[in-house]
Amino acid sequence: MRAMWILALTALLAACAGTTSEQSPAGVEDRSPSAGAGAQSNAVEGKGVTGVDLTGKQGGMLSPLKDPSNILSKRSIYYDFDKYEIKDEYKPLVEAHARYLREHTDAKMLIQGNTDERGSREYNVALGQRRADGVKSMLKLLGAREDQMEAVSLGEEKPKAQGTSEEAYAQNRRSDMLYQGEY
Amino acid sequence: MQRNPVRWNPLVAWLSAAVMLLAASLARAQLSIEITGAGATRIPIAIVPFAGEAALPPGLSSIVRADLERSGLFRGLEVPPLIPHPTEASTVDYAEWRSRLADALVLGSVAARPDGRYEVRFRLYDVVKQTPLGGVAYTLAKEQVRATAHRIADYVYEKLTGEHGVFSTRIAYVVKRGSRYELQIADADGADEETALASFEPIISPAWSPDGRRLAYVSFENKKPVVYVHSLLDGKRRVVANFKGSNSAPTWSPDGSKLAVSLSREGGSQLFLINPDGSGVRRLTSSSAIDTEPRFSPDGQWIYFTSDRGGSPQIYRMPAEGGPAQRITFDGNYNVSPRISPDGKSLAFIARNDGKFQVALLDLASRQTQILTDSDRDESPSFAPNGRMILFATVIGGRGVLSAVSVDGRVKQRLTVTAGDVREPAWGPFLQ
Repeated sequence: MRAMWILALTALLAACAGTTSEQSPAGVEDRSPSAGAGAQSNAVEGKGVTGVDLTGKQGGMLSPLKDPSNILSKRSIYYDFDKYEIKDEYKPLVEAHARYLREHTDAKMLIQGNTDERGSREYNVALGQRRADGVKSMLKLLGAREDQMEAVSLGEEKPKAQGTSEEAYAQNRRSDMLYQGEY
Repeated sequence: MQRNPVRWNPLVAWLSAAVMLLAASLARAQLSIEITGAGATRIPIAIVPFAGEAALPPGLSSIVRADLERSGLFRGLEVPPLIPHPTEASTVDYAEWRSRLADALVLGSVAARPDGRYEVRFRLYDVVKQTPLGGVAYTLAKEQVRATAHRIADYVYEKLTGEHGVFSTRIAYVVKRGSRYELQIADADGADEETALASFEPIISPAWSPDGRRLAYVSFENKKPVVYVHSLLDGKRRVVANFKGSNSAPTWSPDGSKLAVSLSREGGSQLFLINPDGSGVRRLTSSSAIDTEPRFSPDGQWIYFTSDRGGSPQIYRMPAEGGPAQRITFDGNYNVSPRISPDGKSLAFIARNDGKFQVALLDLASRQTQILTDSDRDESPSFAPNGRMILFATVIGGRGVLSAVSVDGRVKQRLTVTAGDVREPAWGPFLQ
């Protein structure tokens, strides 16, 4: 039910983005054939059950962005407290997505920076922005085009993990790389 | 007596992502206020129930008393039934009120008018000096009891303290319940709350326009921070800043002609000026650091802001038209969220001390800093328009609550809602 909502909202958001001529709309508008988050239903033999597959199969081919065995299915970069440098362990991930953006010139990406909940909400918006900007810069250095990417911040507002433990905070100090249709 | 009804208008066609917004909430969540600290000396005041006030919806004299007590500067005295019931027209027996230990006395009456409205008259007396201090007559409709009581409390407060009262002002704040966010406006006593915006995505940083008719805020309804200006009278909203990247931290210039915001459209988080209609964007800072949380000084000459240009987040100020910045805070390695007092003489901010985030107050002349709170998760301080109290968000028992503390640290209040977190308070301007 919730997934349906999100799908409907995403479509609506794409449809009505853009407000003044000077300002760019939120997110990216073009649809990429490779970045579908669409649902597909398949008939399952024998039992008369119609299954619904939300895992991103398209025309029988698993999208590399959805294939759990493909590094491209990983989207998150985690940070140390108050830090925004991309740690070495995440560099292959960023390189893989840079390659994907180079090879799929109409693919577009939204990079969302996040922080843990400590401190000023507005300062955390800026910290999250710095994290997202860092990912974008690295992708650009590796050949992705500026107009394929938007770096934004969610600050501390959309925590992935609840609570005040260091484990939860570590989950929330994060940048996510999302392709259109995924946010 | 004029109030601006807060109404959400679902027909604002140009509004992007209107689907994210919900109609004004049916679920009500009134703030309840608990006084947790009072002034060292409180003026004992007798507020005699107004003769004939039973003709009105309940509350007139009791709201006056509650307002004054909430300020921490007054102690309302219990008044037994008096026969004959005194009114503002009665001759005052000062000796009797002295014997009841009253320093001040309010007497009044309510009369029905032929047009169906009511007239409230009251008079304030200094019992110690045995002299009347003045009085006012108000004409009101039945629905205006609370607003009238706040006006009376403002009058009494000003006569006895020499400062403007803030009982007729309003506050804005965000309530989060489950996955739902509501931007609400309530009277300064937490009553009569109305929902200006409801959304399934976060809302932060509400900022009142100087005339109290509009709120600027940041909404994440487009999956990223976008700055809106929302007219409270008709519920119309417009996008002010929706540039590539993040758009955040709006604040109004004292004349209401401009907003300062933090934008990442040119890389980093930098300060810009922008008109309330989204035109006239002008970059103010050019640093490689974070520059955010701008606030104009009341004279419009300066912008105070948070920056980590020196290695840790600290508060700086710069000329409002741009120019070199000077550092204002030096103690500690995390000082954020600057708010200038209405008289421009002190700076409230959030300081981190030993891992605790607390409201601090810096006297800009003496450079002395005082920590005002003993909580540890304080955020988003906001001065009352008379500069006497600072409203802020904090966390008590795992829940987001609002607290208020007087600038001398003595008077403390806590504002909570049932089953929800409250955060992001902004105290509105004086009623015009």
